[in-house]
Amino acid sequence: MDSMSLIGMISIFTAGITIGLGAIGPALGEGRAVASALSAIAQQPDEASTITRTLFVGLAMIESTAIYCFVVSMIVLFANPFWNAVQAAGAGG
Amino acid sequence: MQLQDISPDQVVYYTIGPFHLNATIVFTWGIMALLVIVSLLVTSRLTTGGKMGRLQNLLEIIVKGMRDQIREVSGGQEPGIYLPFIGTLFLFILVSNILAVVPGFEPPTASLSTTAALAICVFLSVFIYGIAKQGLLGYFVHYLKPTPIMLPFNVIGEFSRTLALAVRLFGNMMSGVKIAGILMAVVPLIFPVVMQVLGLLTGVIQAYIFAVLAMVYIASATRTHVEAQQKADAHEQGESDNG
Repeated sequence: MDSMSLIGMISIFTAGITIGLGAIGPALGEGRAVASALSAIAQQPDEASTITRTLFVGLAMIESTAIYCFVVSMIVLFANPFWNAVQAAGAGG
Repeated sequence: MQLQDISPDQVVYYTIGPFHLNATIVFTWGIMALLVIVSLLVTSRLTTGGKMGRLQNLLEIIVKGMRDQIREVSGGQEPGIYLPFIGTLFLFILVSNILAVVPGFEPPTASLSTTAALAICVFLSVFIYGIAKQGLLGYFVHYLKPTPIMLPFNVIGEFSRTLALAVRLFGNMMSGVKIAGILMAVVPLIFPVVMQVLGLLTGVIQAYIFAVLAMVYIASATRTHVEAQQKADAHEQGESDNG
């Protein structure tokens, strides 16, 4: 197997693993955050607006870890630096 | 798929010497023009009477809502000096994200250069507002708290949250656009519309979150001052009550 197809294969595997593992952690975290926010709202309905705002900001923080994984997998798939280097070398040689 | 499918930076319309006029810049100018023209139209015939235009009503709701949010997030500080900066960030990101449903429009927030520029503006404004409120020394002493050992971590935190701010908005908008594009290719009927609606919701939430986080960061640099003053005031009050 030449290096070109090896790089392509590993890139696709890595992208899948990255997005898969990267979805698990934030999903668990967001589930916990929403659950505790809901029970907090149930206990103190007057504070619902403050809790909701804090919840949104917290969710954005948690979600950004998933977004990092997504960005990395997108880079690996569509803007892979190794791929470009191999293509440039192939075109040059 | 080429790089230009990742970022609207790569779609170049016009080149003058070393400068490229790419899609990001063109659409940013478009949004700026839209915001300025609408604001000029509305503010040119403002009324204080009971009967006002629809657009004036809309603008008043937006400004009042932003003032209330800033006051709540910053712990009761007056929103006056923060409103121009935070409001501009919010409106620009909101309009750019909402217009993403228009076919042919590439949201400039889906490009890392735009979001990085916005995040750098927030990074600098934290210093500017913090120093304006607390003075040069007062602001930088804040990095030595709780102990001087924490100095490197505080500095790293300052940079990492700027990076997180930029990558979060970029990732969210880019993923929305890309997923819509991929679904269009795979299932062209109905399902992409559902994803577009979801993208609209995420766009609005992301604009809100960007503005709120910017305000939280600025407030963390300015609030200690206000709290100390309030404590001093309360102390004074207590003494005068006792005496």
